[in-house]
Amino acid sequence: MAGRDVAVVAFAQTKHAAADSGLSETEMLQPVIAEVLGQAGLACAQIGFTCSGSCDYLAGAPFSFVSALDAVGAWPPISESHVEMDAAWALYEAWVRLQHGDIDSALVYGFGKSTQGDLREIMTLQLDPYYLAPLGLDQVSLAALQARAYLEASGRTERDLADVAARSLRAAAANPYAVQAEALTVDEVLAQPHAVTPLRPADCAPITDGAAAIVLAAGDLARRLRERPAWIRGIDHRIEAHYPGVRDLTQSASTAQAARAASAGSSGSLGSLGSLGSAGAVGSVRAAGAVEAVGSVGSVRTVGAVGAAGSVRAVGSVGAAGAARPDVAELHAQFSHEELILRDALGLAGDVLVNPSGGPLGANPVMATGLIRIGEAAARIFDGSAARALAHAASGPCLQHNLVCVLEGE
Amino acid sequence: MPSEPAGLFADHALEFPGGYTRSTGPVIGRFLTELRDGRIVGVAAPDGKILVPPFEYDPATGASVGGGPANAETGQYRFVPVGPAGTVTAWAWVRRPRDVHPLRQPFGWALIRMDGADTALLHAVDTGGKEKAMRTGLRVRPRWREASQRVGHIRDIECFVPEVTMLTAPSRVDYRLPAGRALSRFLEGIAQGKILGHRCGVCGQVYVPMRGLCPVDGVPTSEEVEVPDTGTITTFAVNNIPDPRAPQVPFVVAHILLDGADTAILALVGGVPANQVRMGMRVRAAWRPREEWAPSMANIRWFEPTGEADAPAESCEGHF
Repeated sequence: MAGRDVAVVAFAQTKHAAADSGLSETEMLQPVIAEVLGQAGLACAQIGFTCSGSCDYLAGAPFSFVSALDAVGAWPPISESHVEMDAAWALYEAWVRLQHGDIDSALVYGFGKSTQGDLREIMTLQLDPYYLAPLGLDQVSLAALQARAYLEASGRTERDLADVAARSLRAAAANPYAVQAEALTVDEVLAQPHAVTPLRPADCAPITDGAAAIVLAAGDLARRLRERPAWIRGIDHRIEAHYPGVRDLTQSASTAQAARAASAGSSGSLGSLGSLGSAGAVGSVRAAGAVEAVGSVGSVRTVGAVGAAGSVRAVGSVGAAGAARPDVAELHAQFSHEELILRDALGLAGDVLVNPSGGPLGANPVMATGLIRIGEAAARIFDGSAARALAHAASGPCLQHNLVCVLEGE
Repeated sequence: MPSEPAGLFADHALEFPGGYTRSTGPVIGRFLTELRDGRIVGVAAPDGKILVPPFEYDPATGASVGGGPANAETGQYRFVPVGPAGTVTAWAWVRRPRDVHPLRQPFGWALIRMDGADTALLHAVDTGGKEKAMRTGLRVRPRWREASQRVGHIRDIECFVPEVTMLTAPSRVDYRLPAGRALSRFLEGIAQGKILGHRCGVCGQVYVPMRGLCPVDGVPTSEEVEVPDTGTITTFAVNNIPDPRAPQVPFVVAHILLDGADTAILALVGGVPANQVRMGMRVRAAWRPREEWAPSMANIRWFEPTGEADAPAESCEGHF
């Protein structure tokens, strides 16, 4: 990609907990900040830009991110920003900030304590206040609507959902940072009564407290701080219309778009895809299984604006050609069916390792979960187990907003 | 929720007392006003698509819904009545409603494409608590709050309910049926613990119970024969639908060829698990206590295994 080379050089996270530990948010966050700066070998004063992601509704207190700055040490005054979103978007802002060229490092963190309230109903507050929130539509109910739409359109079954849940819980059991939950077999998942049909408790990410932090560095500084930095070859995010009734819930056009844009800069050049016109892109998205709703919602505009093009399927064919195929993918799927929708949208081949950390079904510290996907993917580059990794973060109801980050080792 | 407080905790509520005041704008305001009047309207997007619920912008392009070729004539918002029915395009089922949910008993959430609309409305569907009644494609209509209760709010629609596709028609006619001569005589025998039949004077077949004639030869029969209450199962069925005459579910109904008879009777089989009943099994009638006997087949509760070896196939030739 044109622009400055920026890499993830350090990643730290809490041992995520499903029950309140008795710590305040700041107390929970501080050790993670200390650890990530220690990994990078940087003092706070050496960080060029600091950006965090958190949500005041989790704590029920206004501007709770301000007190979180105590964990960073903001004196003398630092250059700082905050997004009321998952910290993956804070990382995006930091990456953009590093493109300016006047600073070389950034600290990004996200944190949240979902155990302090009723998360399922807190998430209702993010919904449209005229048509959706007044219905008392909780998070699991909304996800279940999308799950049903996807199962009926794809011909997949609740057993396919249980496969995702069982595999994620098994992986999480081997991850010391994940919530320490019991691993379940597919049949044990299927034996659970539904939470909201067709989703069972194991299909839903656990209520989790936790935090995570990442240090980004540009160019030579990255090479000095980490033997094998995880270079951000592409990062992009796309959003769809909010109201679930105006979009096609059975696929994620915004994820496919973000992946296409993020892949355009990876070392395998995707120039041939760029030659397709935007009209062709709309056509091929349709051919890949989109229904008329693709034409009626925001995605058409997005496709046109990207201009790059290709299709949902083209992402897969890129993988087949070996150009942008990741070795590992960390997906921000808070419900089992979301992983299946995302795999489709990303065209992930069956042998790509997905969520080896256990993913959000293993630990879901809201506002940090997306950032952790980038951190887990980067950790695979750090240790040499992956040459290319894909990280995904999501926001909004029913995968409304999706971010894709492509990382590579050198 | 904190499960095991490890320190001090404080209860804390985040609330706008009396509720947060929001202006509706001209499009959402019109929709809510129509709801108060018991009507659902959509708005025409510039390309003519009808958005329900309406938005001020076209979700496909971001353009104001007040413009475009579809609205060229007026240059204003064009509101279009839709429904009153719609079709479920996706749904989820809530087994345990939350306090904030619109219904207290199990219900479905659904995306509902109102007739005449191009987008779907999200609302609750009341199927009387029956999940099996929910499906994609279900036709539903709004159940409105009473007019005096409606305030111009999405919950002026209490929920949606399925269209009527079935009705229950009570049906009953009463009769008084004579048993007839032959059956009366048979039931007299049963009342005394005896199983009677007739032998045909022409073909020699023994009919239990007797009909007073031989259906093979078409001649009257009168030679009375008493047969024992033991016999052989020739075929059977396992029933999983409850029946007031059967002791439990599953239960077994069998054809039993009584020893010395040439026709099988239909009776319950009991005293043995359903999955152990087999063709050729030897059985005996289990009679109710003598003081309960009446001229009725109910005197025999069921047939149960005798424990003898199964009857050889030849003994039931023509009956398997």
